[in-house]
Amino acid sequence: MLALPPVLLNVLGFLLGFAGVMVLRVLTVMFGKRPASKRSKPAKTMIVLGSGGHTAEMLMLMDSMGRERYSPRTYVVAATDAMSGGKAVARERTWQKTESPTGFSLVQIPRSREVGQSYLTSVGTTLYSLAFAFRVVLRERPELVLVNGPGTCIPICAAAFTYRVLGLAQTQVVYVESIARTRRFSLSAKLLYHLRMADLLFVQWEQLAKTYPRAVYAGRLY
Amino acid sequence: MPAASERTVFVTVGTTKFEALVERVDSLELLRALKGKGYTKLVIQKGNGAYCPSVIVPKGQTKGTTEGVDVEYFDYSPSLATYITSAALVISHAGSGSIFETLTAGVPLIVVPNPLLMDNHQVELGEQLAAMGHLVSAAPEQLLAAVQSFDASRLKPYVKGSAAGMAAAIDKQLGFTP
Repeated sequence: MLALPPVLLNVLGFLLGFAGVMVLRVLTVMFGKRPASKRSKPAKTMIVLGSGGHTAEMLMLMDSMGRERYSPRTYVVAATDAMSGGKAVARERTWQKTESPTGFSLVQIPRSREVGQSYLTSVGTTLYSLAFAFRVVLRERPELVLVNGPGTCIPICAAAFTYRVLGLAQTQVVYVESIARTRRFSLSAKLLYHLRMADLLFVQWEQLAKTYPRAVYAGRLY
Repeated sequence: MPAASERTVFVTVGTTKFEALVERVDSLELLRALKGKGYTKLVIQKGNGAYCPSVIVPKGQTKGTTEGVDVEYFDYSPSLATYITSAALVISHAGSGSIFETLTAGVPLIVVPNPLLMDNHQVELGEQLAAMGHLVSAAPEQLLAAVQSFDASRLKPYVKGSAAGMAAAIDKQLGFTP
């Protein structure tokens, strides 16, 4: 055995202990997925709109949800997506039957990589987008994060997971795989599934739920 | 409202472009095949691709009558839904929005997945629904053959899904229901 000075041994012991606690926390959050206990107050909800077909599916799901339960709502859209924000506002108008709906907000998030951007500069923009996601989730501390891809949703999910590990938030992550995925998972679904970052992961085809047993088939949006 | 005797084929490429599909549709052979199936009108939403139909409409014009079929094309319209619901046949790119809008409207559908899209899960969706008998899926170069052998009566109606199951599971997950 090396003879280490007692101070160093103490520091080492503390670091080891801390690392052990963190690993335990990560594993607890990864494997301790269970429904929340009884709730009566509305749940603050963050909805990531992934543009195009992703946005359409997410808003269809919101059509069917008890929106008084999932309130207030924060919609997260990519800064380059000119359409989704307007679609969310239009839908809020319809739901609330008023020209000036309330109780929701829109947040723009920078894209980690634009089509055609070089990989070198995309390292910087990815870090920026990740930092932005961590800031937004910490500020809002939603009780539910609702996502359905594409990649833009991953930084938000990573932030929610990290804050849960650190005990700063109790965010549940619900992912809905696109109806276009009939046989194979998207990259986002694979990440969230294997890293156990989603508390609930829906697929829209029964055969996919057979391939991925922890995925849930509960019907199709369309 | 379309005239009662009018049977329109609506071709749609969605919000982007899909020139391979527009080029295949711009063909006298295809037009004859459609006419042979009893369709009287062809409306093409061509998107923002550079290719403009010039075989089945006079060059430089956006409408005309060829082989007895009325043909017109445009780039985009905010009311694609109206075109879809009033069509007798839709030939569409394989985007999920267009597909399910057409299926739930009960309009016969031929989808053409865009082979140029990366990570092409459009093909997956088209093939899945074709295997279930709800539509016909064809590559651009198979479109003519698909139209020639098309029989709308063999397609099975699509029963619209529901988000209620997902909503209930989320309620349970969040603790709103036991």
